[in-house]
Parts: sequence; structure tokens; C-alpha cells
Amino acid sequence: MTTGGQGGEYAQFKATFFEECSEILADLDGRLTRLQSEAIDAEELNAIFRAVHSIKAGAGAFNLGSLVGFSHTFEALLDWMRDGRITQNERVATAVVHAGDVLATLVAAAQTDSPVEPDFGADVAEELQALLDEAGRRAAGAAGAAPSATAGSAPARPPVTASGDARDAASDRSETPAAPALDAGITHTDSLTCYRIDFVPRAELFRHANEPLLLIGELQRLGTLETTLRDDRLPALADMDPEDAYFAWTFELVTDRPQSEIAEVFEFVDADCDLTLAPVLPAAGEDADDDDADGWGLFEPDAQDAEAEAGDHDAEPHAAGAEPSPTASPAAATRTPATPEAVAAAIAPTARPTASGAANAAQAKSSVSSIRVDLGRVDRLVNMVGELVITQAMLAQQLQESHGGDRESIRGSDELATLTRELQECVMAIRMQPVRSVFQRMPRLVREVSAKLDKHVRLVMSGEQTEVDKTVIEELADPLTHMIRNAIDHGIETPEARIAAGKPPEGTIALSAAHVGSNILIHLEDDGRGIDRERLLAKALAKGIIAADAKLSDEEIDDLIFSPGFSTAETVTDVSGRGVGMDVVRRNIVNLGGRIQVQSQLGKGTRFTLVIPLTLAVLDGMVVAVGAEKYILPLTSIIESFRPDKGQVSTLAGGGDVASIRGQFYRLVQLHRIFDVPSAITEPWRGIVVLVETASGEKIGIAVDELLGQQQVVIKSLQENYDPVAGISGATILGNGRVALILDIENLTRLPERPAGRRADAGRGPTARPIDEPADVPLALSA
Amino acid sequence: MARRVLAVDDSKTMRDMVAFTLRGAGFDVLEAEDGVRALSVLSSQSVDLVITDINMPNMDGVTLVRQLRAKPNFKSTPILILTTEGGEDKKADGRAAGATGWIVKPFAPDKLLQVVNKVCPGR
Repeated sequence: MTTGGQGGEYAQFKATFFEECSEILADLDGRLTRLQSEAIDAEELNAIFRAVHSIKAGAGAFNLGSLVGFSHTFEALLDWMRDGRITQNERVATAVVHAGDVLATLVAAAQTDSPVEPDFGADVAEELQALLDEAGRRAAGAAGAAPSATAGSAPARPPVTASGDARDAASDRSETPAAPALDAGITHTDSLTCYRIDFVPRAELFRHANEPLLLIGELQRLGTLETTLRDDRLPALADMDPEDAYFAWTFELVTDRPQSEIAEVFEFVDADCDLTLAPVLPAAGEDADDDDADGWGLFEPDAQDAEAEAGDHDAEPHAAGAEPSPTASPAAATRTPATPEAVAAAIAPTARPTASGAANAAQAKSSVSSIRVDLGRVDRLVNMVGELVITQAMLAQQLQESHGGDRESIRGSDELATLTRELQECVMAIRMQPVRSVFQRMPRLVREVSAKLDKHVRLVMSGEQTEVDKTVIEELADPLTHMIRNAIDHGIETPEARIAAGKPPEGTIALSAAHVGSNILIHLEDDGRGIDRERLLAKALAKGIIAADAKLSDEEIDDLIFSPGFSTAETVTDVSGRGVGMDVVRRNIVNLGGRIQVQSQLGKGTRFTLVIPLTLAVLDGMVVAVGAEKYILPLTSIIESFRPDKGQVSTLAGGGDVASIRGQFYRLVQLHRIFDVPSAITEPWRGIVVLVETASGEKIGIAVDELLGQQQVVIKSLQENYDPVAGISGATILGNGRVALILDIENLTRLPERPAGRRADAGRGPTARPIDEPADVPLALSA
Repeated sequence: MARRVLAVDDSKTMRDMVAFTLRGAGFDVLEAEDGVRALSVLSSQSVDLVITDINMPNMDGVTLVRQLRAKPNFKSTPILILTTEGGEDKKADGRAAGATGWIVKPFAPDKLLQVVNKVCPGR
């Protein structure tokens, strides 16, 4: 396809198209996810259809052949689903979801102009086609036609396969702007021909806002025109309906143009009038039946070409009989020869064997780019590998203890450790997805919100390829949406204010993602007005969030924006500031095992940093010792740890201890009292206090005996393996085979503490009570 | 006075291309994202021609055509529908609703202008 015509003139809109595509695909992704899990309604299906349809239309405009081909087949299937010819079942849903993936990849490839594997997506396209063919045959069968009839005579032939592609090919051809191409295939005559045209409009013609005068004008341009007005149908004035049509015309047109071009003039009205068009003196080579074929290169011609070509393809099965195709089954003959060809044509211009046997072989050989697996299976795999990691750690430890010096065994153990770790990473990677699916939704959000607020905002994104566990990705959309809304509403100034501040009128929001260790770092940075600490502080004072005499560091002041119910907006807009604030964002992030930080410079901008674990299946934890027990504290919630002086710890009148750091008092939680651990350090100043932050931003000190070090642990659900336990979010198995409980910081402060010194038992093992259990009956947790 | 066209399409790419082509040929172009917005634009402004996509959220093109034709002041406004691959049944739907003609996507600039001039020639 040449780049002439629209390729060149419309190339400037390509960027818009891909931007639109990314929005469409992000939206589509969500809908397809729903499609997989439930039967979706007509509206949802319509939206999916529209998404694919839009991509196809744009792809057509930019001559993205393989994208057009694939989306055409995809669209056909969705269309049939819409009108009920194909009913949704698991196979259909799977095919549609796969098609969504292929579509996204083809769009990405087109955008970066990078080649895709020649037969990429061919398997999916074939499956779509197979579904269409089956539905087509069903319809044919239902209509009473013998299914063994040749494909050409099947009454309900699917709209795609060869004909679909032929149609695309035809429309491609029709784009060639040169006029002669329009008449290709029509024998030309330069000699003048006289045509007689009888034109009797019906009332519908006017109802469609067509205008005989315009038609006459067009005819005039084609040659010498003689017009006769026939008013024989004109009724008496009293009977006249101003909306009816009473005039008719007879034209005699002398022209060197082909008849098809004359017919074209009437193309929009031929259903709304009685029209006869015939040469008065037939000219050689003119085919009266040629009608409006190839007329505009815009309308009918495409379809007609397509139909003509479809006919050719339909005829192919007969020809295929002559080919060395061993398949004799008529059902196969109706489908197979055309299908792989069509698919290959749709996907890439590679030759594909037409014989069905060879096609199957090719299919088997074709590289499968992705498979869709039940998440449950992956979860099981993740679990098993978790067990393996634990077992490996146990073995390593035992080996260390028993065969301290056996080199061979140690080397084997090291190797096993490496392999296990690699295996774990591989398995975790199965659930990894690029954050793109979440990021993609943001450009639209930015556009909508900034339009609503009359602000100019540019969104710059990077690191969309960064991968995170699927479970995490789903939890990211809400916080990010909220933060971006906030950034536009509160961060970015109005264009006027920006100009006044010496900034460009257009604000910039940068969203980026990157891997750092076992976390993903997401930065959201705006170049807006920044956080006004004085105002923030004044507001926090007014709302009673902080005490009047509190001395806060800059970081602590900035942190106030995460306080519940705190909004920095001066006015409540309909975009944000309704009280659902950054506190909710923080809670969401913390629930993910992550944390959020803010840095800001007044007048320059604000930068939020989200640190989020790559997966919810493993946790970076700090192992702490309390007596003989070990507990795990999620690393992300730890702010600092310190050994307090005796003077820093005070006991409140109503019981309970507090620790003071830099003038601030924090509630002190003594784990040994909550979990009733024997032989633990009872005086906090002899142990360590770990300052942690809860999701709501509350800070508490946790008194433990000592810190044993940080470690990645595989999370085991207590709920599934035992019983929910208050104050405990899960368990893990340490290298020595012992169970360690993972502390649920959120709930720790709500638990009753036993009075110091009172001990109910001296049982072994980690002790914790199921929530419903009476406090006096400690239970040993069985691993 | 320049002829004024309302381009209705949910795809910004398509709107941009239609608007670009028509503006280049001296038309005034208004834009709307779907049928509902098109109606609201047309409630306050008059146009010489409406070009509308069929598949759109909120209100599709066929419904838009039907609603416009039901309004006395849009009885004789030409309306072109944009269709992909020239689906006959879609064209028939549009025609039944009262559309004047159709344009098949993708379109070349000169073809678009040709069709527009066909139903809405300059004065």
C-alpha cells in the first residue's frame, strides 16, 4: 500500500490513535476480565464491540494491515455474540479474552513499528474463525440447507474469512486516489453515449434530506444534459401534501463517462426513487448490469468487490479437490481451505499451507505466545513452591547443624538453595503483569479531570513495563486514580496562576514505576504549587489533629496530609476534597503491605513515592524475639527501632505504657503481655522498641526482646490452616521448622494486655488465642 | 458564509481526521463524542451537515439520525453516516432512520470531500 492519499495526509493523527487505543485497551481489559468470570450483558458486549470496532476503524485509516485483519475477525465474532448467533460459553469467552491479548500486542507492535512473528495470533484468529464457521453452519443447518452443500451456497456464511479480508483489501485499493483505478476492470470507451434516465422520486427521498436539484447538478457535470420535468402526478392544490413528491424527471445525458458513474449520482437515493438508466444507443463494452460497481470507491464498491471475491474464495473448495488435500470430509472442505489462508492473510503476508493436514501441522508448530491458566492452579503452584522454600531452608539448617564440615553436602545444599530461589522467582513471575494495564487508564483520567477544572496538564509516564503480581496490580488502580485527581485538583495551579508564578501554563504530572529489590517503586510527581506547610499546620491545629504545642519536623508536617478526613482543598470541588482523602490512599497501600511517602517543595511541586511489594505471597519481615517466641513484623510498617532509656517509658494512670521520642508520646505495646509469652523481657528499657505505623497513620511502639534480622517469608494463611487469631495476620515457617506468627499491626493496639507478671501457663510453642477463645486458655499453634 | 458541519464520533482520531479534512476545505466543523452530545450541540447551533459514526456509547448514530429527523428544523439537513466496511445492513438501518448518505471508513480526504459536496454543495 502506498503512503499516498490518506496515509500521508492523516499520518499526523496516528499519535492520537494510539493514545486512544491505549485507553480503549485498558478499558477492554477490565471488561474482558468480567467476561471471563460471568455472563455479561448486552451493554457490556456492545462496549467491547465498540472498542474493537474503533481500533479497526483507526487501523484502517493508517493502513495497519494485520491489525485491521485481526480486529475484523474479532469484531465479526463480537457482532455475532451481540445478535445472539453465538452464545457465550467458556470456549467463546476464552477465545474473546485471547483475542483481546492478541489485539493489544498487535497495537503495541504497530505503535512501535516493530515486527511481530509472522504467525503471531494465528491460533487465536483460527479459533475465532472456527467459532464463526460453526455458528454459520448451525445457522445453515437450521435454515434447512444441507450442511454438506458447498460453502458458496451456505445461506448464512460468516461475514469474514476470505470475504472479510477481501473486503479490506478492496477498501485498501479503493483508497488509491487516482481516478482511473476506480474504473479498473470496466472496458472504457471514449466515444460519446446517450443515456436516458427516468427519475421518479418518492417522498422518502425528501425525508432523507436528499435533493433532486443537487442530483441534476451532478448529472450536468458529467456531460450534456437535457432535462424534461414531468408534472403529471401533480395533484390539485387542495390535495397537495407538502412532504410528498410529485415531480419526476426524464434526462438525456450525452457523456463519455461509463454508466457506473451515472449510477453513482443516484447512489444515495436509488432506494427512494424509481430509476431507469439505459443507453439510448448501446455502446460497445458497456455493461448495463455493471451498475454502481466501483462507483465511488467508497460505498457499494467495497462490498461488491468483496462479494465478488468472496465468491471466488467460496469456489475454492471445488478447486481444492484438485489439490493433493487428503481431507474428504465435506465439512472440513467448506472451512479449512479458506480459513488458514484468511488467517494468514490477516496476520501477516506469509505463505501458509492450504491443505488442512499441513495447516494443522503448522498450527502445532506455531509458537504459542501465551496461554491462559486458571489462577487457582497458579496459586497452588505458588503455595507448593513456598513449601519447597521452607523445606529447603530447613534442610540447609539441619545440614549445617549435623554435617558442619561435609563439603559435598554443603555444595549440594547451596545448589538446591539457588535452584529453589530461581524456581520461586519463576513461579512468582507467572503472576506478574506489567503495570501498564493500570497506567493506561491514567491519560484519560488526566484529560477528563483537567478539562473539568480548566487546567492544562500533561501526563508523562515511564516504566509501564514494570511487572507486579496480578493481585497487587488490581489494588493499585484506586490509589493511583485518587492521587492523580488530587495532584490535578490541589497540586497543579490554574494556567493563570502558573504564568504568574513564572511557570509554563501547562502543568506536568510524571508517573513512573520501577523495581527496587523485592518492591516496586511508583513515583507520582507534579510541578504544582507544593505543600504549604504553614497552612497545613494551621489546618491540622484547627482540626485538632495535632496538639497546639507539637513540634513537627517538615516531614511530619507533610505527613499530615495522610491524616483521616484531612483535605487541603480550600474549596470542595466535585473532583476531590469530599473527605475521602489521602488517608484512604494510605490505607489501601498499607493493606498491600506497602508504604507511601511524600516530599514537597513549596511552589515547585510534590512527589509521592509508593513502595509496594511485588507480591502478596511473600513478605519482607523483621524477625523479632519475644522470650522463646519469634514474630514477624512487616518491614514496610517499621519506622525505626531504638533501645529506650528508662525515663522514656512511663506508665499511664489507667494502665498501659507510653514511650516518648523527641517530645512525642507513643503507645507502647508489649507483645509478651498480649500473647502471654513466658520469660520475656518485661521492662521495655531492657529490650527494643520498634516504632511502627498503622494504615491510618497511627504510630505505636512495640516492645520486643531483640531484633533477629530481616528475612523474606512465605505467608501462610492462618484462616485457612488454623483459625483467625486476633493480632496475627498470618504465619510463616522459619528455617528451623518453627512457626512464626506475622503480626497484624492494625489490630495489635486493640487487644487487651495481660497485667504484667500474670502468667497463665508455661506452655511451649507460639501461643496465641483464636479470637473466640476465652483469654485464659492459651493454645499452641500446630503448624 | 462557510458551511458548518457537525462531526459525531466517539473516536477522537476519526473526529480529528474529519475535522482536519473539512476545515482544510473551508468548512466550519463542530464536534461531538456521541449522539447525546450531538443533540445538545445542535440544540443551540445550526449546521449544514451532520456526519455521524454508528457505534457510539450513550446514543448510537442510527438513533441520533432518527431523533434529528423527528425535529422539524432538521428535516432537510443532510446527514451522512460513517460506516466501517460498508455493512449493508448498517447502511440500511441508517437509511431507514433517515440518513441522506454514507461514507465508508477508512476514507481518503478527497473522497470525503466529494461525498460532502454531493449532499451539501457550496452556495
